[in-house]
Amino acid sequence: MLLRAGWRRAALFVTVAPGPRPTVPSRGLRLSVVDDAPQSAVPTDAAAAPEAEVGLRPLYMDVQATTPLDPRVLDAMLPYLINYYGNPHSRTHAYGWESEAAMEHARQGVARFYKSRKKHVITTQTEHKCVLDSCRSLEAEGFRVTYLPVQKSGIIELKELEAAIQPDTSLVSVMTVNNEIGVKQPIAEIGQICSSRKVYFHTDAAQAVGKIPLDVNDMKIDLMSISGHKIYGPKGVGAIYIRRRPRVRVEPLQSGGGQERGMRSGTVPTPLVVGLGAACEVAQQEMEYDHKRISKLADQLIQKIMKSLPNVVMNGDPEQHYPGCINLSFAYVEGESLLMALKDVALSSGSACTSASLEPSYVLRAIGTDEDLAHSSIRFGIGRFTTEEEVDYTVEKCVQHVKRLREMSPLWEMVQDGIDLKSIKWTQH
Amino acid sequence: MAVAGAGRLRRAASALLLQSPRLPARELSAPARLYHKKVVDHYENPRNVGSLDKTSKNVGTGLVGAPACGDVMKLQIQVDEKGKIVDARFKTFGCGSAIASSSLATEWVKGKTVEEALTIKNTDIAKELCLPPVKLHCSMLAEDAIKAALADYKLKQEPKKGDAEKK
Repeated sequence: MLLRAGWRRAALFVTVAPGPRPTVPSRGLRLSVVDDAPQSAVPTDAAAAPEAEVGLRPLYMDVQATTPLDPRVLDAMLPYLINYYGNPHSRTHAYGWESEAAMEHARQGVARFYKSRKKHVITTQTEHKCVLDSCRSLEAEGFRVTYLPVQKSGIIELKELEAAIQPDTSLVSVMTVNNEIGVKQPIAEIGQICSSRKVYFHTDAAQAVGKIPLDVNDMKIDLMSISGHKIYGPKGVGAIYIRRRPRVRVEPLQSGGGQERGMRSGTVPTPLVVGLGAACEVAQQEMEYDHKRISKLADQLIQKIMKSLPNVVMNGDPEQHYPGCINLSFAYVEGESLLMALKDVALSSGSACTSASLEPSYVLRAIGTDEDLAHSSIRFGIGRFTTEEEVDYTVEKCVQHVKRLREMSPLWEMVQDGIDLKSIKWTQH
Repeated sequence: MAVAGAGRLRRAASALLLQSPRLPARELSAPARLYHKKVVDHYENPRNVGSLDKTSKNVGTGLVGAPACGDVMKLQIQVDEKGKIVDARFKTFGCGSAIASSSLATEWVKGKTVEEALTIKNTDIAKELCLPPVKLHCSMLAEDAIKAALADYKLKQEPKKGDAEKK
């Protein structure tokens, strides 16, 4: 026994001793050490590749695109994927009952506008593409849609909203937090205006739920969209809040078995719904702490970058802003080339090269950003699992590569020589 | 012994579960995957970044593109008395493909005469870098930059033609 104890102690010693970098990435989020030396892009034999390569993945700084599953959410979902597999609509046995009970946590329904005589819809120019696309298809069906412009800060002008409401306006749709620039719209004031003018108010809260406090009664919200995978829940599930008093009537998009009070037919996917519910619960608990921590990290990121680099512009209002979504424009450096340089960090850009057309982001255009700055923008996403180490690394690499790319930029050179770029007649191509 | 075995098992399990172990780390980041390795190479190790003295009579400067389009290339060539391009430098504001196209352009013009350099086509640049269709305009801009630099040089060689600056 003494021998075994000794062996165990020796074994402990062996595993703890500093050696080559740890090969198992923790939860796929961390990058232990990054090898900066140019590697051969030709895939080498796995056995010959250095051990460290197996554990290396880019840092994830794109939480607005999607979020990793919170481990607590996975814990909540697993039983429903393995054990409690009943159909929640089965009335006659325990499997169905237990599944239904789990489902009751997060109600789900996908709704459509009630096509009454009111044919006018108001939205903003900076909505998410899915909302703009839906509005476009409504226009094709005969609705009239007003796209409200936004100010330079990204926030809509309340007076313009009031002026735009007409007798036949049925719905106003304004997103709570913008996914590209992180700007918060004045939801409470908009809700007030809409309820006083008897117009339904819908808000796309996908980026806001679980991150900032939302009260549908205080803010007079009638309809609210929630997305599972933006709040550390599973992909493939979302929810819509539909107010009961005063009643909001909606017409179902898909017909069928009449589930979800006839508003969304189709068997409810219990594991996904349980995951969404768990994600919301966890978010409720963690909201204050997350917000404080993310604000601190965001401040650090912005301060460090602004201190080390000149000519950096933050897009969007600095006050009415969700801290976890930072959109910065690095003048004289093109966004996609910077993303390519930051290959160890997963980021997103508002530049054209990342979209199929040569047009830069419409959100940046709507807030009046100069076109060349729009091509130079990068979005940094800080989330619940982002560490200070990751932020520091990102800042360091970003500063290093922006400096390098500016050395390669003819625009930077011209500005250093004192030439005003706006005075030049560029060739078109 | 058991520890080492367990470690190997753990590594194998994690490799299987978490990701494909056959891909080197770099290929996991999205922009790199969309780029051919030649483009990445030109980007990481750009050849001939810099500037030549634009007031010199032997230097031709071509500035093409527009910041509003997200692509600006400046290509400079230095030509000797025999009409051969002895040096070339570039600076680019643009995506990885644009940087690679202009870097390749400077590599190709070196050692050519002014007439030979005019024959460089954007299709050759695109083929060499395996540019996808959406990035073909980068190679076109590189060709334009070469032609603009050569035109500027020719203008400067005109005897006392006044302002040789191309702006």
